[in-house]
Amino acid sequence: MNQQSNLKIFLNGILKENPTFVLVLGMCPTLATTSSAINGMSMGLATTFVLFGSNVVISLLKNLIPDKVRIPAFIVVIATFVTVVELVMQAYVPTLFESLGIFIPLIVVNCIVLGRAEAFASKNSVGKSALDGLGMGLGFTFALTLLGTVRELLGTGKAFGFTIYNEQYGMLLFVLAPGAFIALGYLIALMNKLQKAKK
Amino acid sequence: MQSNFKNMVLSLSLIAVFAGLTLASVYTLTKEPIALSKQAKQQNAIREVLPAFKRLDEAEKVKVATGDSLEMYKAYGNNDTFLGAAVETVSHNGYSGDIKLMVGFDVKGNIINYSVLEQMETPGLGTKIVDWFRTETRNQSIIGKNPVKNNLTVSKDGGEIDAITAATISSRAFLEAVQNAYDAYAENSDMLKRDGESGATETNDNKNDSIQIKQE
Repeated sequence: MNQQSNLKIFLNGILKENPTFVLVLGMCPTLATTSSAINGMSMGLATTFVLFGSNVVISLLKNLIPDKVRIPAFIVVIATFVTVVELVMQAYVPTLFESLGIFIPLIVVNCIVLGRAEAFASKNSVGKSALDGLGMGLGFTFALTLLGTVRELLGTGKAFGFTIYNEQYGMLLFVLAPGAFIALGYLIALMNKLQKAKK
Repeated sequence: MQSNFKNMVLSLSLIAVFAGLTLASVYTLTKEPIALSKQAKQQNAIREVLPAFKRLDEAEKVKVATGDSLEMYKAYGNNDTFLGAAVETVSHNGYSGDIKLMVGFDVKGNIINYSVLEQMETPGLGTKIVDWFRTETRNQSIIGKNPVKNNLTVSKDGGEIDAITAATISSRAFLEAVQNAYDAYAENSDMLKRDGESGATETNDNKNDSIQIKQE
């Protein structure tokens, strides 16, 4: 891992180890908040901030935390960042905060965040951890935005709130939970095909 | 790093103290904006559901049959003529969580407009309550209707309002909240009481209310 160039670490999260399409982590917010493109994107960006922040702090603290209590220590750091995001969103973007609802506090238990803290930040330098957090976060954002756009377009005929075709022709299923699974399955298949074609 | 009792306790406590300090300062910083944005939302909602007014009374607490205490804001125009009131109302029967609305009534008790303050309904389905009941297609709209003269329940329950497709529970809860708002308004508006004494339905409504209150 240490020989990897910085750019590679950054791109790793976006494509090769995309948290949603390749690692298939953090499915709960992925499926639940992507009923519209804008919700998916905001959820992704909130998670990016938490990933970036927790990766940096955990990487700084990695030599001070005894092994046996590292998981509780990581969780406290992550929960702090999540609460900061929650309060800031509530104060400055209340409408968005309401539409994402319970899923903002639930970023704490998003396995991507703890997964990157454990697998990457606790073993690498601050700079690399920051890049990894950013890359992973943006990969997550990219996946959620894509999934949100597909579901919104098929379900309601809109993309980012702009009408593309008449809503009454939309397939309601895609806004609901089963549609999330179907759309995600097809997107993962498509991504796998593209990845294979590249090799 | 090797773990022993001392360094485990020490490191965790230190991290917790720092986390606590960070959160305390962020909380203090955002406390005011959060309160402001909530207040702004309420003020905007009042303005949205009432005609242009000169003066707004302080909030009046009104207890309704469901046991909730709703806030009512009476509005006055030029020369202190009574224009109507905005009622902040709630239903606990939403699909997930409470639905909070601001509903505006004119002097005669007709619905002027409404605004959804808080809801956690299913995105794409129940969330349509935000605009559905003020869109003038088919029998969706409740604007201009009067909860005494019109039966404001969903058509499935024999009412005259079309429920949102695939979100009947949200629609029912919404209309229940509107009815609560009206009850609160009717009970506390002198004008409506004077009108209402001649109308049989109104008196019936009041009877029902008083019976329900006694049961509690």
